[in-house]
Amino acid sequence: MATEIRVPTLGESVSEATIGRWFKKPGDPVKADEPVLELETDKVTLEVNAPASGTLGEIVAKDGETVSPGAVLGSIVEGGAGAAPAAAPKAEAPKAAPAPAATPAPVPTAAAPGAAKDHGPAVARLAAESGVNPASVGGTGKDGRVTKGDMLAAIATGGASAPAPAPMQMRAPSAPVDAEREERVKMTKLRQTIARRLKDAQNTAAMLTTFNDVDMSAVMNLRNQYKDVFEKKHGTKLGFMGFFTKAVIQALKELPAVNAEIDGTDIVYKNYYHIGIAVGTEKGLVVPVVRDADLLSVAGIEKTIADFGRRARDGKLAIEEMQGGTFTITNGGIYGSLMSTPILNAPQSGILGMHRIEERPVVRNGQVVVRPMMYLALSYDHRIVDGKEAVTFLVRVKEALEDPARLVLDL
Amino acid sequence: MSYDLIVIGTGPGGYVCAIRAAQLGLKTAVVEKRKTHGGTCLNVGCIPSKALLHASHMFQDAQHFAEMGIGVSAPTLDLKKMLAFKQEGVEGNTKGVEFLLKKNKIDAFHGTARIAAAGQVEVTGEDGSNQMLETKNIVIATGSDVTRLPGIEIDEKVVVSSTGALELESVPKRLVVIGAGVIGLELGSVWRRLGSEVTVVEYLDRILPGMDGEVAKNFQRILSKQGFAFKLGAKVTKVEKTGNGATLTVEPAAGGNAETLEADVVLVAVGRVPYTQGLGLDKVGVQLDNRGRIQTDAHFSTNVTGIYAIGDVIAGPMLAHKAEDEGVAVAEILAGKAGHVNYDVIPSVVYTFPEVASVGKTEEELKAAGIAYNAGKFPFTANGRAKVNRTTDGFVKILADAATDKVLGVHIIGPEAGNLIHEAAIAMEFGASSEDMARTCHAHPTLAEAVKEAALAVEKRAIHM
Repeated sequence: MATEIRVPTLGESVSEATIGRWFKKPGDPVKADEPVLELETDKVTLEVNAPASGTLGEIVAKDGETVSPGAVLGSIVEGGAGAAPAAAPKAEAPKAAPAPAATPAPVPTAAAPGAAKDHGPAVARLAAESGVNPASVGGTGKDGRVTKGDMLAAIATGGASAPAPAPMQMRAPSAPVDAEREERVKMTKLRQTIARRLKDAQNTAAMLTTFNDVDMSAVMNLRNQYKDVFEKKHGTKLGFMGFFTKAVIQALKELPAVNAEIDGTDIVYKNYYHIGIAVGTEKGLVVPVVRDADLLSVAGIEKTIADFGRRARDGKLAIEEMQGGTFTITNGGIYGSLMSTPILNAPQSGILGMHRIEERPVVRNGQVVVRPMMYLALSYDHRIVDGKEAVTFLVRVKEALEDPARLVLDL
Repeated sequence: MSYDLIVIGTGPGGYVCAIRAAQLGLKTAVVEKRKTHGGTCLNVGCIPSKALLHASHMFQDAQHFAEMGIGVSAPTLDLKKMLAFKQEGVEGNTKGVEFLLKKNKIDAFHGTARIAAAGQVEVTGEDGSNQMLETKNIVIATGSDVTRLPGIEIDEKVVVSSTGALELESVPKRLVVIGAGVIGLELGSVWRRLGSEVTVVEYLDRILPGMDGEVAKNFQRILSKQGFAFKLGAKVTKVEKTGNGATLTVEPAAGGNAETLEADVVLVAVGRVPYTQGLGLDKVGVQLDNRGRIQTDAHFSTNVTGIYAIGDVIAGPMLAHKAEDEGVAVAEILAGKAGHVNYDVIPSVVYTFPEVASVGKTEEELKAAGIAYNAGKFPFTANGRAKVNRTTDGFVKILADAATDKVLGVHIIGPEAGNLIHEAAIAMEFGASSEDMARTCHAHPTLAEAVKEAALAVEKRAIHM
């Protein structure tokens, strides 16, 4: 008996995933709960584990294909290594074969009649024969029309495998000598989502950024004084994020618009504080959320963030852990950024940008002194946050960090 | 009063430019030196020569009516009447332009234009009257004039240009044409059909320079069958007028012994030169290139702001339709639109019989550019319509990119070639492949089926061959 490998439930609002890669080949022995393939979704990359022990049989959904929750990815055939697995996949093949063969076929026939109207007859023929949708091919003809040459090129570069409604590629062709030195790579789901969401945020919000600077002396002194004791007691390092998160929450409480979001013609004020912490990973940026951060101690926040960081790098964050944030903190300082204008994590209305700490001459009581300074940036949605609120917010964050006693006293 | 645009010259470039500008709301005037509008093309070029080509073709066809079972006595020629027929055609066309200018509320000034400065055009009438016109922009569309050969004086009686060749008082017994280009072969055809012995002397070793080599070679064979004599690779060093005609001294271009040719009429048809005389371009500082053409940028602007130029007076093929398209483009640019001329798809036609037409690249050009191509050829001998009409000389040749199948050039010798070429022009304008042309339904029985078959032949699947 074969056990089907299916796409697991991907979490709310996730309707499809792309096969990242299969770790096993058909015929490879697999153990129950051993990861057999990687799925990429809008939000995370997740591993799918073997539902049973046996031998990997048919692979139905190949690398790069898009699948929906519940779809069959492949199957595991009973029995360990030996003669059986070789025969078993073959026996499975006829059953699974009609599916992939049948799926691409209807696409070109469906596409052809429409295509024939907009393109020349040669393009229509190639579309029908190859399954490449002319709409997905960049046209070099008059007014961007797709020519036979464009189609032949698209087919030659493997366009045949992408009959899906790919975004219009309107890029002008490069000079041949340059084209040879270019590399075309399909964007991962995560990258596509990042691209879409960032642009959506820019298109939707009336976004602008206000700046301030903060003298980090007090926080740094505090940290130097207590870091060993802290680590001993809590089992995690004392960083800056705990202070920043606390300072942000205190400011959000005073200025609730920054923690709100627009829903149609309503403003939704959120009387809870789920703070997203942007984490860079190899595949792109992810933003896990510290839930009810206002109820956590500095140690609790530091621990949560440290755990997120580790798991983000390993691609082990769950989708739920990245949903529901009300405000985001991003730290470009760890890469050396002096100043930046972060883009909102829609539908949130504020994002705090941290930057590098640098010793700079500043004036204190009429004297030029050297202080560890950091620029702060707050990008906000001017539709619901007024300039006064935004500036005050940033001033409150600054005050709390320059005098952490305010955090204790709630000032 | 000030105009938005003054166009100097009302040839096909100028009057079309003026009409387009008026359509787009520009207050427009034209200045024309001739009494009638239409420039060289309508008065002494394309139009009268086509009238004579048509009439002489009919004259020749009438000699073959018996083959179709039509009994008529042998046709006779009344040259005076034929020339009047031509002149009526010319007048009909030039009056048409006058009407169009009026209809579009374009002010027409007759006289010689001189550009006094950017924005100022001085018009001197035939009677010496003088007026200064103010304008925002000037388009120079003064066209071209006949190229003269050093030492050969054109008297338009014995030694004629294309202008005189449209007005010969009698059919010359011996006509020598200097230059085997479009004009020489067309006018040579007219007089050949009317009875002249025609000898064409050409400096190069081929006819129709610039056209596809295979086409030119084939066409020369067809013309030879019609009675043309060719002296290729030969130059005329002297033309001496005798009592009733002229004696030409002809030497091989490569050097060698000279020979003499006797002619009743000599037609000098060695090309045309841009016409900028009297415009005062040196005074306003408009730059010319080394061939006397006005230098323009991609938007037809000269180096002087507000002065533009189009047509024969700038670079590019000296063709009426090229000038027209440029006229439209510059008018659109002046009206703030995106005017554009696609110089890669400008058809050219020789209105002989059979006609020769081409658009795009020749085989020679593709080879020189190192572009790999496939050629599809289809002869009119295999086209049903041409067969029953007994007009089977010629062929259609389609050149398509070897990799993309994009049509790069189309060359036709054959009846109606000048009309057939336009489906190729539209296909090329839209970047079509030969397969696109082949898969487009063509009516049967038509000469155009030969175009479709040639397209099929590119991928070696012609049906009727």
